[in-house]
Amino acid sequence: MSNSYYDPKDLKNFKKITDWSEPLGTRFFEYYSKVFEEGALSAREKSLIALAVSHVIKCPYCIDAYTKDGLQRGITEEEMMEAVHAGAAIESGATLVHAVQMMNKHKKLSH
Amino acid sequence: MAKSSLQRSKHLLADPKKQLQVLSSGSFSSGALPTFSDRLKGLNAELKTDKLEILQVNLGYMCNQTCAHCHVDAGPDRKEIMSSDTIDKVIDGIKRFRPNTLDLTGGAPEMNPEFQRLVIAAVSLSVKDIIVRSNLTILESNNHYKSYPQFFKENGVHVVSSLPHYSMRTTDRQRGEGVFSKSITALKRLNELGYGRDEHLKLDLVYNPSGAFLPGSEKELEADFKRKLKADFDINFNQLFCITNLPISRFLEYLMATENYEEYMETLVEAFNPSTLSGLMCRNTLSVGYDGRLYDCDFNQMLQIPISGNKRYLADLDSSAYSNRKISVHQHCYGCTAGSGSSCQGSIS
Repeated sequence: MSNSYYDPKDLKNFKKITDWSEPLGTRFFEYYSKVFEEGALSAREKSLIALAVSHVIKCPYCIDAYTKDGLQRGITEEEMMEAVHAGAAIESGATLVHAVQMMNKHKKLSH
Repeated sequence: MAKSSLQRSKHLLADPKKQLQVLSSGSFSSGALPTFSDRLKGLNAELKTDKLEILQVNLGYMCNQTCAHCHVDAGPDRKEIMSSDTIDKVIDGIKRFRPNTLDLTGGAPEMNPEFQRLVIAAVSLSVKDIIVRSNLTILESNNHYKSYPQFFKENGVHVVSSLPHYSMRTTDRQRGEGVFSKSITALKRLNELGYGRDEHLKLDLVYNPSGAFLPGSEKELEADFKRKLKADFDINFNQLFCITNLPISRFLEYLMATENYEEYMETLVEAFNPSTLSGLMCRNTLSVGYDGRLYDCDFNQMLQIPISGNKRYLADLDSSAYSNRKISVHQHCYGCTAGSGSSCQGSIS
């Protein structure tokens, strides 16, 4: 048992989640691979979306996986960083838009 | 970028025996990963040569660049070069073996003073496809080499050039500062001569990953390269060949120095694809070293793993002895069998 909550080796064992619930796990992985196929969006574009989301949800496994995936696709450092900023902008915007609620409440309670 | 070759810096990994020791130890000696030979045994497969199609000739290890991942450990400080006498033996070999393709590599093959003589001889012997693996920057290095693209055109030479990426930053990091700009200038000049545009003047590019990861889809990368090079520089080329970095020489040194070696080997072994075995380049290629010694491929040449049998020089090998010969393998062969496979002509499957 690792002394850390995150072990990079766990990513390689991701598929083992089917051991404890085969139908749900299998359906999840089928869905997952279908999502990342070439579609209305290219697989390259989806990889960049996945990289941005990985940072927003702060998943170290996903960050490792989609950085490597981006490298394999020839995605540049600038493209990767811009994708992360897009995710970060939405995340910080989501925080800041709550400031309107703060301002509304402040106005209601104060002179 | 490395400033000097492993050999010049007296690095332990300059010695092919030391490289083979590394490739035999760790997860392979503990049994955590199967050796390549055991993997073949598990499939009841044996790699043997078919019919000779490609004579790949290394004209020397001298190069004007010192690329970070070079499997040849080539550079300006390497003095090994194919002699005029050995080139005569190569020409004799072309007459006897009648390959469809003559694949000239190095180092920078153009730096061999006998390069043009060999090409002209191959043309007169009607070799269908004469490939020069040009690093591009040599064609911009001085007035002498600036005349080479015209020579290529006059002799119908097929130009295959390394360009790790369409971005300057990635290319220069792997191949040296200023390499991208010079490569673009050389590509534009080749285009002006008709390369990549006229049907008979082929210009292919070679992509290899700039680090410890496998190449992605050749088809998708080719589309991206074509789109970006056209939009940014109005450059045309024919095909993009994706080549996997094999864990030897400078790339092995990089893997070890960055503690990526074990994970990279695991990645290669996990990506082993048996369907690539039938299309491996070692099955129809004969690799000739600068000194005339024979190998199953350019990588075996760098690891000094000779062909099986007792005929070790081109001059001694009878053309009928090529086929059905056992191919020598080691753990680096996982590089050519990973994923879609890898060869000097790109993906296999």
